[in-house]
Amino acid sequence: MSSIIQTPFARRLSRRRFVQGLAAGAAVTALSPWLSPQARAAAIKPESYGVSGLSGTEFNLAIEPATVNITGTPATATLINGLLPGPALHWREGDTVTMRVTNRLATPTSIHWHGILVPTNMDGVPGLSFPGIAPGETFVYRFPVRQSGTFWYHSHTRFQEQTGLTGPLVITRREADPVVADRDYVVMFNDWTDEDPEDVYYHLKAGAGYYNYHMRTAGDFFHDVSAKGLAATLKNRMAWGQMRMDPRDIADVSGRMIGGTYTYLINGHAPAANWTGLFKPGERVRLRFINGSSMTYFDVRIPGLKMTVVAADGSNVEPVSVDEFRIGVAETYDVIVEPNDAVHTIFAQSMDRSGYARATLAPHPGMQAAVPPMDPIFTRTMTDMGMAGMAGMSGMGGMDMSHLQHGMDAAGWAPPMRPNIPQPMPANATGQTASPQPQDVHLKLGPEVVNIAMHPTDRLDLPGGGLNHNGRRVLTYTDLVRLDHGPQNIPFHERDPDAEVLLHLTGNMERYIFGFNGQTYDQSQPVRYPYGQRIWVTLINDTMMEHPIHLHGLFTELDNTADYRRRPLKHTVSVKPGEKLHYYLTANELGRWAYHCHLLYHMEAGMFTSAVVA
Amino acid sequence: MNAAGTMRAASLIVTLALSLPATSHAGQQPTEPGWPQPVQNNLMYSYAKLSQNELRTGNGDSTYRWEGEGWYGGNINRAWFKTEGNLNLDSGALDEAETQALYSRAITRYFNLQAGARYNFDPTPSRGYGAFGVEGLAPLFWEIGLFGFVSDGGHYAARVEGHYDLRLTQRLILQPQFEINFYTKADPRSGIGAGLSDLDSGLRLRYEIRRQFAPYIGITYEKKYGQSASFARADGDAVEDFRFVAGIRVWF
Repeated sequence: MSSIIQTPFARRLSRRRFVQGLAAGAAVTALSPWLSPQARAAAIKPESYGVSGLSGTEFNLAIEPATVNITGTPATATLINGLLPGPALHWREGDTVTMRVTNRLATPTSIHWHGILVPTNMDGVPGLSFPGIAPGETFVYRFPVRQSGTFWYHSHTRFQEQTGLTGPLVITRREADPVVADRDYVVMFNDWTDEDPEDVYYHLKAGAGYYNYHMRTAGDFFHDVSAKGLAATLKNRMAWGQMRMDPRDIADVSGRMIGGTYTYLINGHAPAANWTGLFKPGERVRLRFINGSSMTYFDVRIPGLKMTVVAADGSNVEPVSVDEFRIGVAETYDVIVEPNDAVHTIFAQSMDRSGYARATLAPHPGMQAAVPPMDPIFTRTMTDMGMAGMAGMSGMGGMDMSHLQHGMDAAGWAPPMRPNIPQPMPANATGQTASPQPQDVHLKLGPEVVNIAMHPTDRLDLPGGGLNHNGRRVLTYTDLVRLDHGPQNIPFHERDPDAEVLLHLTGNMERYIFGFNGQTYDQSQPVRYPYGQRIWVTLINDTMMEHPIHLHGLFTELDNTADYRRRPLKHTVSVKPGEKLHYYLTANELGRWAYHCHLLYHMEAGMFTSAVVA
Repeated sequence: MNAAGTMRAASLIVTLALSLPATSHAGQQPTEPGWPQPVQNNLMYSYAKLSQNELRTGNGDSTYRWEGEGWYGGNINRAWFKTEGNLNLDSGALDEAETQALYSRAITRYFNLQAGARYNFDPTPSRGYGAFGVEGLAPLFWEIGLFGFVSDGGHYAARVEGHYDLRLTQRLILQPQFEINFYTKADPRSGIGAGLSDLDSGLRLRYEIRRQFAPYIGITYEKKYGQSASFARADGDAVEDFRFVAGIRVWF
């Protein structure tokens, strides 16, 4: 493992990876349409990260409508410089970059630089950072690049992200990158629909489960009766029926394979188009996984290859070798693989097992490996409802024992202790106090809140539903260990927090309303992180779905260990159903920052607030 | 109430529904003049569904039966519209046809409080009612409605309705459905007796080609009780009616 991470003095990084061959601001010419997909893959130069891109310090980006054909039916997309996904932007740490973004749509637009430390007015959130980019207008983003790693960018206007307005962002380190690789590819996921996303949202509003074709049926009932007995099965159905929740609600929007709407893409390629990354046997290949989907979590593996995870959300972590990882919406993971002469499939099944994205790593163009079968659909348990340990609710399908078992196999991860927090929590130099503090949060059941997790559990050491104990080594959040000051140059903070902030993730799937602490955006007050203070943030997921919670402007230090030097830096933290987790942050970036669930339709349904650092 | 009065009441309800604030605690998020909201979680939507849209055959005649509902509004406050009735395809006569306009407010996790007006075109003489009730998703996934109606002259009525989706496969769904009506005061001219008056029930097997478009077949069973049954017998009408149905459930 140590050979992958090297000291700056033993740099093996080739300078040619600083992509400078492309004229600044010029779009890469579209690949010749007469080339076969395999030949196209071969034509992509390795230093381009395997995707069309732009590098330099000045970028011209034009946003315009386009017709694309992903599924066999032409559909309308919103593209950047005519590319799906948009061009990979290559920046270099320490440069000041300028992006001139021209809106050629009939409606306003925006671009947000996901995970990038920027002045608040450059963050690209209409209504918080700026008014948005009006039709015909060009907005100039300009800021110094203070970090490096794998990131992405996307529209922050309504549902434009769903129609293609996303792109990879790769920032090269000033110093030599401790992660050494011979090949370097972006692997960006998107979930594509031919439907108008306004229709998708309306379908969810009109009928819960509109896209769920994995619901439990009469057949499942009889299967459960024969497996578990009539009494247990009835008790289970009664328990879920009492709550009026569907234990098969894994994803709100599903893939076409089961009757849903999504086609899952890697670097803009549907599974049949098979994006291919080439390598020479013995080479170390870096894969920069970016989940640019609107609603889809993926479970990613490369059968036959171990993946060494070297970075999460753009920040280096201690290398950890896994067979599989789950990537939440908006997260990124960098992995190193060392394939031999064989061809390998990158297989990324959607969490709800309604389809997959697929690509190929091959020593020669035109090769492909077998695509593995999908894993079976899984069913939520009472742990996911935040009701673990409630004996009276044992009809909920049996308690999820996986945590107990896992705790025994693993080194015995125990959630870190609650830090010392002064009471009352102090104001900062400008008189601001943190909020909402736990004593300010009064949740009650109602149209916006269908469930309050009575016994939320710390489960950072579990990969999540459908992956626990599947026989493969699957990445967990406790595997992520911060390597050093990191490419984000965020110092280590040893001091105890000044305050605690509590956010419940709440919602009502039937009515399709989501929020924080029971409030949708229009009902809510901003979260307040007083400038200069160190905050311990508690997130409790009261819903039965995962929520990838993204904080703009600040990196969070996931509280997965008592050792403050080892807490990984994240910009997006996925919270499992019924889970409670914590992160630290130092409120040292002034401004108004968007704070939201990165599931696009949850965000627009109200799971959005602002974090004010003042 | 007459037709014009009922309509005036209905339009008042719609206006009221859409002007009420969704919650008492308005948010205070930072913004600047002329800037948009970062997200729009409070948009208004409209929805319409024909859950029964079918031909009922049996007893030597055929009727077209409809039952539908629609709404317009946001998360909490909505204006609802409901209608149901039968059209005798041989005589062209309407039977038990009514429409309702209601203000609906989400009051609990799964239930809405509804209040407004109901107007019956048939039985004649037509009659207007004030309507008040709750509807929503009950435990065990039954969609349930409980309504009370009040008309001039002390005519009170109550209705219980419900349906359940039993999923045989992901797209093939068996739906039991019922509607029961009660009246406190007999209305002999309308053929309505006091007490438990009538039951309309059905068992429909639909196939969701799309969620919005589901052809179905099924059986329905209608029965009149007590005084209503006596009135029916006196008119030479059937007290029980068992029919085969075929239809298409649609929403948009």
